[in-house]
Amino acid sequence: MSFASFGDFLAMGGHGLYVWLAYGSAAIVVAANVLSVRSARRRFFRQARALERQKAAQAARSVDSNQMPGEETK
Amino acid sequence: MTVTETLKRWWHQLGSPRWFYEISGPWQTGFAVLALLLLAIGTVWGLAIAPMDYQQGNSFRIIYVHVPTAIVSQTVYMLMGAAGLVLLVWRMKLADMVLAAAVPFGMSMTALALFTGAVWGKPTWGAWWVWDARTTSMLVLLFLYFGLYALRQAIPRNEAAGRACAVLALVGTVNIPIIKYSVDWWLTLHQPATFKLTEAPSMPPEMWLPLLLNVLGIYCFFAANLIGRLKLTILERESGTRWVRELIAGRSP
Amino acid sequence: MSLFSAQLRREWLLLIQHSEEVLNPLLFLFLAISLFALATGGGPDVLRDYAPAIIWVLVLLANLMSLEGLFRRDYEDGTLELLVLKAEPAFLALLAKVLVHWTFSGLAMTLLAPLAALILYLPVSALPMLILGLVVGTPALSLIGAVGAALTVGLKRGGALLALLVLPLYVPVLIFGAGAVLEQMAGIETLAQIYWLGVITMASLTLAPFAVLAALRVSLEQ
Repeated sequence: MSFASFGDFLAMGGHGLYVWLAYGSAAIVVAANVLSVRSARRRFFRQARALERQKAAQAARSVDSNQMPGEETK
Repeated sequence: MTVTETLKRWWHQLGSPRWFYEISGPWQTGFAVLALLLLAIGTVWGLAIAPMDYQQGNSFRIIYVHVPTAIVSQTVYMLMGAAGLVLLVWRMKLADMVLAAAVPFGMSMTALALFTGAVWGKPTWGAWWVWDARTTSMLVLLFLYFGLYALRQAIPRNEAAGRACAVLALVGTVNIPIIKYSVDWWLTLHQPATFKLTEAPSMPPEMWLPLLLNVLGIYCFFAANLIGRLKLTILERESGTRWVRELIAGRSP
Repeated sequence: MSLFSAQLRREWLLLIQHSEEVLNPLLFLFLAISLFALATGGGPDVLRDYAPAIIWVLVLLANLMSLEGLFRRDYEDGTLELLVLKAEPAFLALLAKVLVHWTFSGLAMTLLAPLAALILYLPVSALPMLILGLVVGTPALSLIGAVGAALTVGLKRGGALLALLVLPLYVPVLIFGAGAVLEQMAGIETLAQIYWLGVITMASLTLAPFAVLAALRVSLEQ
């Protein structure tokens, strides 16, 4: 251990602002890279499923009115 | 089967997005776990355990975020140049996707390296910004990333955008060494020898080992992140195909 | 070689017909130099110190300006497509285009450099180095810039994008070009930077035509 107490660790010998600013910004950038991919993936699946449901509903409607399935979707 | 045939088949498979999507899952998890471990150990070691630098004091600890991000952002650009070459010569779909997926990561890492460099520069040089060789090279690299990003945004068609970016990434990759050299040369002309941030005289192992861990960690993080982005790009571009539709249907909501 | 000379002739005649495309960047160069003089107060000491930087930066920008028109007209009337598809080998015809572009941008600016140096109070002893740097370095600007122009020719608002793509790649030429003059002014006799400019120009000469061709193929498909 290079620090005597937790307070020392936070203060970084007077350079606390710089050290924590650097590590904080790194944490934010790393987290942003992880989260942006994750949220985009979720969004993709949500939209794709919504689209599938819409198509299924449309197909069901077209069967009800005695049309060939899939004709309307074209 | 001969070796060349095996290689050919492997090469062909590598170009198939579906095959990549299906095998890459475990790799992504593996890289992510490795990245988490390496970065956690390296960061805690660098922040709390490694000895203080006798000249710079504790601001020296910024090295453990600054150097890994600076290194990885240069590697990512070179990788994009290689992907560009593969795309132009063999028209491999996956190379196009790598080219698209790596830009946001590389751009954010370059910006981070510049920012942490500035934060480190303030206590060390007394100024937030100094036009030294490395900083300037990184700044030009950031502009190269911006160019790639803007070019892709400007071209509406995916396929054309991919190949345009491939040309630009290749030209940029050829230029990077020249830019680095010219900027190094420029520094020696304009400024007296400054205090070099990353070349502390004979760094002891307890100082450079955490640095090594963080460098390896950030590479693993890049690999995991790139695979994640690639999988997403594959899903988006192949969204009309049967296997993707089955995948969507199979996933519990 | 007949293809090369035919293309050369055609480009030459076209540019003479559209002389405003040639003149506007040159006028811009001198207008911007005057703006610098006005903004700094016109003091000889300040202008002399910054003369290499001002001239080289503005040469870069004026070059950039002339690049937009490099492929634009040929793209719009379809001759570019013909050239890329039919000319054999196509890169030679492209090289002729770039050569003519350079004559009317880089070379023209080099010829006007003494005038620019005069109004910025550049010492006469540093003038040869400025001219030498411009002669050796500006072909690289045209060649590298042609890649950017080829990438953006199909886009509606390509101007700002072109600057973003090309200017970072101009950095080494700027550093060596302005550096050569600065060293001369500081009394250091060396040709190292000129050699480096030569290396960059030779490398661009061998690699850029292929990059331009690849970029044009992409742009023409859009």
